[in-house]
Amino acid sequence: MNDLAIRAVGLGKRYRIGAQVSYKAMRDTIMEAVKAPLRATAGWMRGHKSTKPAVEASQLWALRDVAFEIKQGQAVGIIGRNGSGKSTLLKVLAQVTEPTEGYAEIRGRVGSLLEVGVGFHPELTGRENIYLNGAILGMRKAEIDRNFDEIVAFAEVEKFLDTPVKHYSSGMYVRLGFAVAAHLETEILFVDEVLSVGDVAFQEKCLGRMKHAASGGRTVLFVSHNLLAIQALCQHALWLDQGRVVAEGRPAAVISSYLQHVRTTTTEIVYEGPAEAPGNDVVRLRRASVQPLSQDSLGSITVRTPLLIEFEVWNLRAGIRFNCGFNLYNEYGIHVFSTGTVDFDSYPEGLIRLSCEIPGDLLNTGVHRIEFFVMLSETEIPLVCTDLLTFEVADSLILRGGYFGEWPGAMRPKISWTTKVLREPVPKPVILGG
Amino acid sequence: MPELDHKSLRVMRPSHGLISLQLLRLWEYRELLFFLAWRDLKVRYKQTVLGVAWAILQPLATMLVFSIFFGRLAKIPSAGVPYPIFVYCALVPWQMFSFVLTESGNSLLHNQYMLTKIYFPRLVVPIAPVLTALVDFAVAFTMLVGMMVYYGVVPKATVLLLPFFLALALLTALAVGVWLAALTAEYRDVRHTIPFLTQFWMYVTPIVYPSSLVPEKWRILYGLNPMAGVVEGFRWALLGTPPTPLAALFPSLLLVLLLLFSGLIYFRRLESTFADVI
Repeated sequence: MNDLAIRAVGLGKRYRIGAQVSYKAMRDTIMEAVKAPLRATAGWMRGHKSTKPAVEASQLWALRDVAFEIKQGQAVGIIGRNGSGKSTLLKVLAQVTEPTEGYAEIRGRVGSLLEVGVGFHPELTGRENIYLNGAILGMRKAEIDRNFDEIVAFAEVEKFLDTPVKHYSSGMYVRLGFAVAAHLETEILFVDEVLSVGDVAFQEKCLGRMKHAASGGRTVLFVSHNLLAIQALCQHALWLDQGRVVAEGRPAAVISSYLQHVRTTTTEIVYEGPAEAPGNDVVRLRRASVQPLSQDSLGSITVRTPLLIEFEVWNLRAGIRFNCGFNLYNEYGIHVFSTGTVDFDSYPEGLIRLSCEIPGDLLNTGVHRIEFFVMLSETEIPLVCTDLLTFEVADSLILRGGYFGEWPGAMRPKISWTTKVLREPVPKPVILGG
Repeated sequence: MPELDHKSLRVMRPSHGLISLQLLRLWEYRELLFFLAWRDLKVRYKQTVLGVAWAILQPLATMLVFSIFFGRLAKIPSAGVPYPIFVYCALVPWQMFSFVLTESGNSLLHNQYMLTKIYFPRLVVPIAPVLTALVDFAVAFTMLVGMMVYYGVVPKATVLLLPFFLALALLTALAVGVWLAALTAEYRDVRHTIPFLTQFWMYVTPIVYPSSLVPEKWRILYGLNPMAGVVEGFRWALLGTPPTPLAALFPSLLLVLLLLFSGLIYFRRLESTFADVI
């Protein structure tokens, strides 16, 4: 017998949008049936065939021809842009909605976490909602009883168990919802984007829990935009775009293709002739590029990758002295650093290449933009090219110590720490007498 | 790693043709049924002053108004028993019936959020109000017992047939409720017919008047109304008022079963579309 947990063959889901997107009224259906024979008669009298209704409903294939196999115990990540069909796929597999074509086979009990707090009623207390939510998710009362204390501890709502949930903060609400679902004991788990709720500390907890589930031999299907978490938790990834499976394979490779496709980056720009090249009668820019300098076969840029930045400049006047360099900005608009040549060297007429290397383990993740400039002196800056190059720095699992959350900061330099135990006793507190 | 057997293989594919009623699946999810009913009861009585007493107040208040206007002023005959108990005995099963019909009919809309997020056999939703209604019925029934004591009515052995009439009322309400629920999910305006339906049905059921008021030639047609049988049956079983309704009951029972069965099939056929249309 095979060890497949989930198998999908030619899955498709079609939605009708447009004319039928508003609720149907029975009155309309009856009227249509009454009008139709009249319309047909009118058409016949005019010599036409029976006419169709004037407005044609248009169709949207949320899923088309989706096929894959997932082994038992595998953790699979599903990535894609918003609207690519990821949530629809989970809904079909979770039997919330039916496929229009194709089929899927699932072996094992499914616990699905498509949204936190399904069934929560604001008037009921935390305690009552735990039971209600658990029952809706398919847990037996005995199961909920068994895990009750753990659920409360995970959600950190001990003090508020008997308060109606309508008084909870949004954070508590989400924690409680996730806590119940996190204790599902099913063989298969579907998780849809729920890890993007809550604060950083809580997300950490959730991811830790997911890891526990994934490594515990359960089959996990994981839809998320947190590409780092997918990379860390999953052995296999699916990339969905417009309802179709575009790529499948090891997470690192799939994510890399996805990022390259999705984020428009300009890592190289070349101007053919001085006429179109930015600049003036002194200098004109011919080419600029940013390339990763590592053996990483995927050609992607991570926080660890050293980068080679190259500029090729036409010098139009012999003997001119200039410096050139660039300003680096991150996606928050923060000016990360500036660098350039400093000696105001003089150059002959012709094409000059200036390059530099940004060491790895320096930049933080995110989209970075390069603004190139040429300076004739401290006050004369004849050429400035804003947003000349953009590149994305992806995260890397190394050096994170298992931490999956956001790591803020304009830079992320690798800095070594030394720790030493000093053999000094801890001073006793001095009690001030009266 | 838990062992997986062939039985736990599920296939998701477009459904067509004969669809099973999945009654076994419903049994598996019986705990959810209880939790939904429990939820509705709890929510109803949270933050209320009178709490459960509301279950008595409604039939009681209605009885008072009916007794004054129909019993005393309009002088409608009450088959040999005092009018208040005559009408209250009918109101208890009626209000349970009307509650189940309304709540089941609207159940899919009230729970639409859950329908789009998680799987469970959708039939659980219109069935849950039956459990809630039973609780209300129990409370209203104790009041009825109190009234019987007050009026000195001694029940005969016919009381034992009461559960049968109760079941008939519930089956009827469920049959119509399931139809309405499925229709309401698909056609939004059906929901507005529910109050009219219950109002109309109340008038054609012998609650404020005895069925002896109905002319002989219409009696058979009138008897097809299952609730007529239920109400008269309740009165006969508890108070001993004529007529014994057994003859008319069988066709109406058949009608109810047909309605229920067809409703369940229709519901199951549409079930796969609920998450998409609701």
